[in-house]
Amino acid sequence: MTCLHLLLTLVFAVSLGTPVEIQRPRGVPLTKKQFYEEGKPFTCLDGSRTIPFDRVNDDYCDCKDGSDEPGTAACPNGSFHCTNAGYRPMFIPSSRINDGICDCCDTTDEYNSGAKCENTCKELGRKEREVLQKMAEITKEGFLLKQQLIEEAKKGREEKQGKVTDMQENKKQLEEKVEALRTVKEAAEQPEKEAKERHLKAWEEQKAAIRLEKDKAKMAEAFLELDDNSDGFVSVSELQSHAELDPDADGTLTETEVQGLMGGAAQVDTSTFESVWTNIKDKYHSEVSRKEADMSRLMTFEVVLGNFGSTLSWLCVVQAPPTVKTPEKSHEDEEAMPPYDPDTQALIEGWLCCQSYSSIRLNIEKELSFDFGPDAEFTYMYSQCYELSTSEYIYRLCPFNRALWGREKNRPENNKYLVMKYEHGTGCWQGPNRSTTVKLTCGKETVVTSTSEPSRCEYLMEFTTPAVCQEPANTEPSPHGHEEL
Amino acid sequence: MAASCDSLLPLVLLLCLSAQAVDRSNFKTCDQSAFCKRQRELKPGQSPYRALLDTLELSNSRLSLQLINDNNKVRLLLELYRLQGNMTRVKINELKPLKPRYEVPDVLLSDPITEALSVVAQDENSLVVSLGGKDQRLILSAQPFRLDIVEGSQVVMSLNSRGLLAFEHLRTRKDTKSESEQAPGQENVEQQTDEDGQIKEDDDKPGMWEETFKSHTDSKPNGPTSISLDFSLPGVEHVYGIPEHADTLKLKNTDGSDPYRLYNLDVFQYELHNPMALYGAVPVLISHSTDRTMGIFWLNAAETWVDISSNTAGKTMFGKILDFVQVSSEAPQTDVRWMSESGIIDVFIMLGPKPADVFTQYASLTGTQSFPPLSALAYHQCRWNYNDQEDVKTVDQGFDEHDIPYDFIWLDIEHADGKRYFTWDPSKFPQPKEMLQGLMDKRRKLVAIVDPHIKVDSGYKIHNEIRSKNFYVKNKDGGDYEGWCWPGNAGYPDFTNPEMRTWWASQFAYDQYEGSMENQYIWNDMNEPSVFNGPEVTMHKDALHGVWEHRDVHNLYGLYVQKATADGLIQRSEGVQRPFVLTRAFFAGSQRYGAVWTGDNAAEWGHLKISIPMCLSLGLVGISFCGADVGGFFKHPSAELLVRWYQAGAYQPFFRAHAHIDTPRREPWLFGPENTALIREAIRQRYALLPYWYQLFYNAHRTGQPVMRPLWVEYPDDFATFSIEDEYLIGKDLLVHPVTDEGATGVTAYLPGKGEVWYDVHTFQKHDGDQSLYIPVTMSSIPVFQRGGSIICRKDRVRRSSSCMENDPYTLYVALGSQGSAEGELYIDDFHTFSFEEAKQFVHRRLSFSANTLSSRNLAPDSQFSTASWIEKIVIFGGSQPSSATLKSADGTESALEFEFDSTLAVLTLRKPGVNAAADWTIVLR
Repeated sequence: MTCLHLLLTLVFAVSLGTPVEIQRPRGVPLTKKQFYEEGKPFTCLDGSRTIPFDRVNDDYCDCKDGSDEPGTAACPNGSFHCTNAGYRPMFIPSSRINDGICDCCDTTDEYNSGAKCENTCKELGRKEREVLQKMAEITKEGFLLKQQLIEEAKKGREEKQGKVTDMQENKKQLEEKVEALRTVKEAAEQPEKEAKERHLKAWEEQKAAIRLEKDKAKMAEAFLELDDNSDGFVSVSELQSHAELDPDADGTLTETEVQGLMGGAAQVDTSTFESVWTNIKDKYHSEVSRKEADMSRLMTFEVVLGNFGSTLSWLCVVQAPPTVKTPEKSHEDEEAMPPYDPDTQALIEGWLCCQSYSSIRLNIEKELSFDFGPDAEFTYMYSQCYELSTSEYIYRLCPFNRALWGREKNRPENNKYLVMKYEHGTGCWQGPNRSTTVKLTCGKETVVTSTSEPSRCEYLMEFTTPAVCQEPANTEPSPHGHEEL
Repeated sequence: MAASCDSLLPLVLLLCLSAQAVDRSNFKTCDQSAFCKRQRELKPGQSPYRALLDTLELSNSRLSLQLINDNNKVRLLLELYRLQGNMTRVKINELKPLKPRYEVPDVLLSDPITEALSVVAQDENSLVVSLGGKDQRLILSAQPFRLDIVEGSQVVMSLNSRGLLAFEHLRTRKDTKSESEQAPGQENVEQQTDEDGQIKEDDDKPGMWEETFKSHTDSKPNGPTSISLDFSLPGVEHVYGIPEHADTLKLKNTDGSDPYRLYNLDVFQYELHNPMALYGAVPVLISHSTDRTMGIFWLNAAETWVDISSNTAGKTMFGKILDFVQVSSEAPQTDVRWMSESGIIDVFIMLGPKPADVFTQYASLTGTQSFPPLSALAYHQCRWNYNDQEDVKTVDQGFDEHDIPYDFIWLDIEHADGKRYFTWDPSKFPQPKEMLQGLMDKRRKLVAIVDPHIKVDSGYKIHNEIRSKNFYVKNKDGGDYEGWCWPGNAGYPDFTNPEMRTWWASQFAYDQYEGSMENQYIWNDMNEPSVFNGPEVTMHKDALHGVWEHRDVHNLYGLYVQKATADGLIQRSEGVQRPFVLTRAFFAGSQRYGAVWTGDNAAEWGHLKISIPMCLSLGLVGISFCGADVGGFFKHPSAELLVRWYQAGAYQPFFRAHAHIDTPRREPWLFGPENTALIREAIRQRYALLPYWYQLFYNAHRTGQPVMRPLWVEYPDDFATFSIEDEYLIGKDLLVHPVTDEGATGVTAYLPGKGEVWYDVHTFQKHDGDQSLYIPVTMSSIPVFQRGGSIICRKDRVRRSSSCMENDPYTLYVALGSQGSAEGELYIDDFHTFSFEEAKQFVHRRLSFSANTLSSRNLAPDSQFSTASWIEKIVIFGGSQPSSATLKSADGTESALEFEFDSTLAVLTLRKPGVNAAADWTIVLR
């Protein structure tokens, strides 16, 4: 109704060729002009009372609904209409009339405050049109990209469904082969099996010795770090500062829990620390690495399992389980066991291959079960990660690993794909569990454009993707579509 | 914001993990404070002190004589002064101390004006001194020494009546005694001439020469120096004051518990209802009974403990000269005992007799509340922390989007570059002036924190200058004292040094404090001072401020920090603009420098409740500009608690929401549209009432009367009001009973005043005084009543900041008393400069209604100010329907006013008088 009316006014104004200010009381929109008839008694728009017309905009509030003072600040609940020729008309609360602050770009709200306002409507209008135009271009291109994405997703889906079927068949054949191989091998190579076990045992012993040594060094280091006041003892309170040791992971490390870790002792010296160390070493973060560790937990929270490439090979490839890299990993390399003999290796590989068939299939099935949007347009993000580097952190977003579509109550259902929520992340020290809200906007590229932490451990990411681009309106928006003259 | 958490500081980790409530073991009990323990072990009734009447000296206004301790022969000097305004000052110091003892400077406005004293009677054991008018005398008894102040035949107060005067004289340490005996000190030479000969040293007791608490050792080079004196208040059952404690308004008996402690401390997650020390200390106690209100101001800045008991001991120790004094043994009595670790006894006895008289008396000593710029009385939005400029901008816009007014947004410690105050984090706040200008464009302001701990960093200008000027507090060995605080290792400027303060003030100049602008104001936190790794989270007592130990000046440090900062803000504007500085630590006299808040409270209903008695207690001792963190600092409030807190906070003097960095965001619009509307409404009520708040602060500034008052202050004869702390008065005309219970469906408010009436300001309903009234409440209720007989001016056009409302018209709310009359005031000035004081540029008017005539009369004919504000509406409660209303202007013109009358509520509304608010006018109803 309102829009139609505006449009008619517009046509009327344009046809005259020159802008004309239609006479009406200050602050009244054209749509309501008819209620304010010069010289005739005015009835409050809620019908509550009728007053002489000279009491309209006389700077005294007579109507409960504020309708008698559209152009003054007299009514607490009034609103003022600015025409803003060249830009967008708008309503402002009447408390912003003559408050010394320029709110309407046409300056009409500050007619008696001494505020020096400049008419910025043309400039704003120009900028807005530029932005709208740019947006329209992005939307247009983005929507084309989206169509492609939908196509690709459709193909990919069919392909994967095919793969699942094929793999079931292949796996079965392979299993038979392995079984045959095993029977032959076991019969023929009993001595070799024993050799392999000997080999393993010797290696285990050697490895254990190395580990013990390393562990002792770590333990000594940890003791020094924990002993904050350097009194040669690690006390309950000193240990309590390491929240990561929390045995029940409820976010608080109580004194009782610490006492448990310390075997009931109030403090321990270097010799008795060994038993404590056994209890804590798996979880302990050293002071120096704590900040990093904190971050790595954040990363863990964001980077989730199952990072397979988009082109799955039919060859039997053993895929390393994706893990977060920690400095400890490099030490593991030194401890790598010497290779098995070739026959054993072949058997192991054959077996692993079967296993990987199962896991690949499971992953594909998992993938197929996701909600990738009404037209599967988000499929391409599956198993992808997007990074944004800031001066302090690298933020990595891997959609669909743990994300749920946002369920904001006030949003219409078709907009649910504009927000992704990641919840129940790792606990924050002295704070809530980490969570991230990702807001998606239409863009040609798939990128994280900004991140912030508005509240402790609650992250907000802005993310652009063609997948949320809407089909552009089939008619070009008129360049004057938002003007009222 | 407290010494709470920073994951990089291991020590703070410990504090934090101590979890949900205060870790009491971090703070001393009386037993753990050696001097308190020694003092408290003294038994009443065994005073060793005797007045030597033959040493009496009397000048026109000063009486002095010596006291001797008969146990050790040490002599003290007693000085008595009669001060203008019905006060008596009693000073006791050592006659010949080994070295000077600390006397608190800079707290008294000036040397109090004295009045003549005269001795009216004397016998071998006593002396009667006339205290001037009103039949007031002071009776000095020699053995045992005691003072009684009597009026007519009534004893109103006695000193040392329980014999607990104790004055630990300075002495040389025993293990170095052999030396001093060979070469006797000066004091021995003097004192050996005493009649009884030798001074007998007291035996050393534990903690006299060294004291260890937790891992901290206090070296105590001066040995024991504590002082104590007791006061008896016959007829008194109610005593108040001595803030800051998270406790009831009426002070409790401390028999069997710790005394109330006054020692400025950064207490992490403080507990309610106990006498533990908190961030500030005002050593002023107010007594009240239906007969008389009095005050005791114990001017001492060292650690102080106050015992309160109801005790009838010592009432029968009068000499024969006192036979006429009537003492009823059944009469109630309250005994108060002060104990301080060092310094001298310097006590001001304010004799009232009315509550208002005591406030005037105290104000004449230490000054009145600074008159804040109007915007400081509006709503403040704070959080630890608004993260960056963008965040500030978004929050600012959020207020406009949700049509909620606010005047100030606050930046906590994270805004500075690595907690180096006076700087800005270059990545988060790269363009502070741009941000400040953005706020200025909306007529809004910002507060940035500047704490007194200075990061030790040779790349930090402030640190380098303080170090090179030798302005840091020293440790006992003479090096710069260093302690841990937010920035890590930090130095503490010696704010007791006037040169240091001058330098500090100069740092707020716009060309010194880069990025600052005139709409930026300052917040001083952590100024107890807070030292994370110090004893009781504060400075070592043997640290040195020039020649004085930190022990002597501790409670004064925070006052000096705020004073120097406020001076800086005044100077940067060349004396034109009124400053606004918030402080957490305070002392007697801090009212002169700005606002205080009750520190790091928690999002709990109990903390909401306690905010009322905490601020009332501060108001009684001069500090009117008080508030608590709305919503609670620690923890996350429920929506209900947050709404109730806004509703309560809107009716407390300093109205600021604040939150800990670890809590979820809680800007007013984050709790759903219904709660947003409730919070908006509470804040709007505050803004509409700003003219009244402003007038009350002007009044507080001029007269020292508190803004937020316990009921008994206005109803001193109504015993039922004496313990009320869940409701209070703003000025004398508004009674507020905020809802502070979860799930409340009603409150019971006591409306005082026999024969008086009260009007519910929201419903206009009329209620009789002298009754307890049950008021059903919903989530939108804020029970507030206007006193019949009062006129309150409001500005009902609430805008987005108070500055935007400066020229808006007033609505007068006239609440007729049972006699059909009413009175009120209206005060207007430019709202932010000193012109009101220096150029008398203000409007101050008396509004009165009687005999159906309402008039506005000039209360300050020699002042001048023109305002654009006018009178838009007059609402009269409790009247009858007139047939006409005629406005008579100053120029004699008459015009008829339109009006409406609501006969069910008896509310008469006069439409648009339109007269200028500064003009004379009269409205006659017929």
